Amino acid sequence: MHATRPAAPETDTVAEARRQMEICNACRYCEGYCAVFPAMAMRRDFTAGDLTHLANLCHSCKGCYHACQYAPPHPFGVNVPATFATLRQEGYATYAWPAPMGRLFERNGTAVSLLAALFAMLAMVVAVAVQDPAVLWSSQTGPGAFYRIIPLWLMNALATSTLGFSVVALAMGGWRYWQATGRGGAAPAGVAPARDAAVDILTLRNLGGGGHGCNDLDDSFAQTRRWLHHAMFYGFLLCFAATTSGAAYHHLFGWTSPHPFWSLPVQLGTWGGVLLCIGTAGLAWVKVVTDPAPVARRLLGGEYAILALLFLVSATGLLLLAVRHTGAMGLMLALHLGLVLAFFVAIPYSKMVHGLYRSLALLRNARERHALRRAKTTQGA
Amino acid sequence: MPDLNRLWDVLVVGGGNAALCAAITAAQAGARVVVAEHAPKPMRGGNSRHTRNLRALHPAPTDVLTDSYLEEEYWDDLLRVTGGRTDEALARMTIRASQHAPGFLRDCGVVFQPSLSGTLSLSRTNAFFLGGGKALVNALYRTAERLGIEILYDTEVQHIEVQEGFATEAVLSHRGFPARLRFKSLVASAGGFQANREWLRQYWGDAADNFQIRGTPYAQGRVLRNLLDQGVQEVGDPTQFHAVANDARAPMEDGGLAMRLDCVPYSIVVNRDVERFYDEGEDVWPKRYAIWGRLIAQQPGQVAWAVSDAQAIHDYLPSVFPPHRADSIADLAGLCGLDPAKLERVVAGYNAAVRPGTFRGGVLDDCRTEGLAPPKSHWARRIERPPFHAHPLRPGITFTFLGVKVNERARVIMADGRPSANMFASGEIMAGNILGQGYLAGFGMTIGTVFGRIAGEEAARHARN
Repeated sequence: MHATRPAAPETDTVAEARRQMEICNACRYCEGYCAVFPAMAMRRDFTAGDLTHLANLCHSCKGCYHACQYAPPHPFGVNVPATFATLRQEGYATYAWPAPMGRLFERNGTAVSLLAALFAMLAMVVAVAVQDPAVLWSSQTGPGAFYRIIPLWLMNALATSTLGFSVVALAMGGWRYWQATGRGGAAPAGVAPARDAAVDILTLRNLGGGGHGCNDLDDSFAQTRRWLHHAMFYGFLLCFAATTSGAAYHHLFGWTSPHPFWSLPVQLGTWGGVLLCIGTAGLAWVKVVTDPAPVARRLLGGEYAILALLFLVSATGLLLLAVRHTGAMGLMLALHLGLVLAFFVAIPYSKMVHGLYRSLALLRNARERHALRRAKTTQGA
Repeated sequence: MPDLNRLWDVLVVGGGNAALCAAITAAQAGARVVVAEHAPKPMRGGNSRHTRNLRALHPAPTDVLTDSYLEEEYWDDLLRVTGGRTDEALARMTIRASQHAPGFLRDCGVVFQPSLSGTLSLSRTNAFFLGGGKALVNALYRTAERLGIEILYDTEVQHIEVQEGFATEAVLSHRGFPARLRFKSLVASAGGFQANREWLRQYWGDAADNFQIRGTPYAQGRVLRNLLDQGVQEVGDPTQFHAVANDARAPMEDGGLAMRLDCVPYSIVVNRDVERFYDEGEDVWPKRYAIWGRLIAQQPGQVAWAVSDAQAIHDYLPSVFPPHRADSIADLAGLCGLDPAKLERVVAGYNAAVRPGTFRGGVLDDCRTEGLAPPKSHWARRIERPPFHAHPLRPGITFTFLGVKVNERARVIMADGRPSANMFASGEIMAGNILGQGYLAGFGMTIGTVFGRIAGEEAARHARN
């Protein structure tokens, strides 16, 4: 029926993940930790697509590693968080669009760092090259100050084209992932599962471990990563809201930036930027001090790089606010916009894609949970 | 580097739940405590590492236990599995104290799973550790470290100096180096001897080579032997152990829980000579799984095969190692190294004896055989739908029953009946006082926690005086 549908590829990591899931499925001690293990228990055989789905469901909370009687140095060597992280990364590369760009995941730390450096440099070089030094280096005030450095049409054109491309690339990647991992499984779609999935995404329920938290740093329980991720995620959303409200100010009310400090866009952007800085720096700190055993070390470069880029985007945004009435504003604006564009371009080819695949996995999981509950109710009736 | 020259208040020998409950309780009472754990840090925790829950009395539902479970029912359950081979006073004391075991462990940082009503038949009687025994062990060690307890990993206690029931000094191998350690009180929580194959051979001969040790390979029984050799009274049948049907391909040691197979009630089980030897459907699996290890241990070559067909495969938990699979019984026998003609005869004979009935997994249904010896009393369905499956089975030993005699204050009793002045015991090393035979799920952890707390309290009290 679906003979032409692309199947998730068999790789060494898939085989290793299958070996581990077959041990876990006979043990099931971890069923109380997160969504992965109940989802595993619904299955007996694990296709590559199933395993990719389970891998994307995993939030790397590491509870199952520290609790595992089969973790290294046991000969079974079960290390689900590290194996699933590697499998997720393989999926990001496999389903990337256009396909050749998937190779960027091989040395993702280098790729993201170079991209950020390149865009920041280009932005500054272009600003210095095309802009009259008298304007670039002097303090600019009043409405339209930013656009005297970089014209609004250029800002809009660059931002729209890069972000637009990324959204298309993300959508294509998500579509390819959904197809290859079994189109969300056999369970039917519905409003209730979608609502559950949204709650899981927005609250990071699976990083909460039922209230006591995850093994963020070692075998003790904490909610550190959950709160730091919330700071980053909601900081990001506040920044997005700042941009949106700024656009509304401009196009609906004709109020041109820079806006006063107490205006809505500046307030949203400032607090968003502060939260983003705290979240990204904090998550990087967790990566440095955490027990390295359940971590896929090969992927750390890319993870540090995207955290650093996000940190720099928000830090330069805050600095821009600080220096916007001085002669440093021009260069800071160029630097900030360069990093923002680099971030937009990096979204489909960096750790950022996990947001999409994790959400799709949570959606599929919510559907399966609802279907199971319904089946049990029918059975009981 | 720990100070091995000082005089310690309490030496706890062992590193599982019973040892740490003793160490933590003693330290909370103000004692300076040192723990000698034979295993290296990643493998710490003895058999507790492989456990999952403990059985606790509760008069009303709690956040981790449903309904209620009272003393008389608990006692009846224990009486049934032990066939009366128990000490009623010790057992009832343990049962009553079990009410407070989950709370104590929770105070030590152990997280329990919320009660899963209906999904597990044990959620009424047993509280489940979130993540299982290793997560519990991690929490206990964290608490012990916070209390300033000195933990010596890779440290085997080889000998205890005992003079007339009074222990003074331990001879250790600490990370490979010989050392001696002086103490005021001793808590022996070093487990049974199930991983000591030479010892098992004394009772079981060459068959012992085919026994799989489900848990820690460090349960060598060295402290148990040492104490018994120095005039401590023994308790429990030395030849007996708790054993389950394990996958024959499991590692010989430390394979843990995932190696057990639940397929027996939905299969027929034959030995090397292709003969059935016991009623596979005698009772529900939770009440029978613990006898199958012994049954297989008594078969030639200590091996058996559970044979079933395509319709049975979803009735039991999946196995780590896939079953042998073939489209005919003869081919299946070939994969198992069994006589094909004989297996065909045995399956045909069984199929002919199966009476019609309505199959219901997990409850005593009316699917049974007639005129077959031994019979299959429940879940008997014809083995007729290919592919046919065979899981190879061997005995997997959980623990041994031999132990040191203790009184209700966890004090070790000497052969002459007098209590030791400063030796206490908790966990598998003394579980034989209460569990003379059989097993009740989660009761080992209950004994370990209850006696660990008592032993720690008494050891600290003795050290103070």
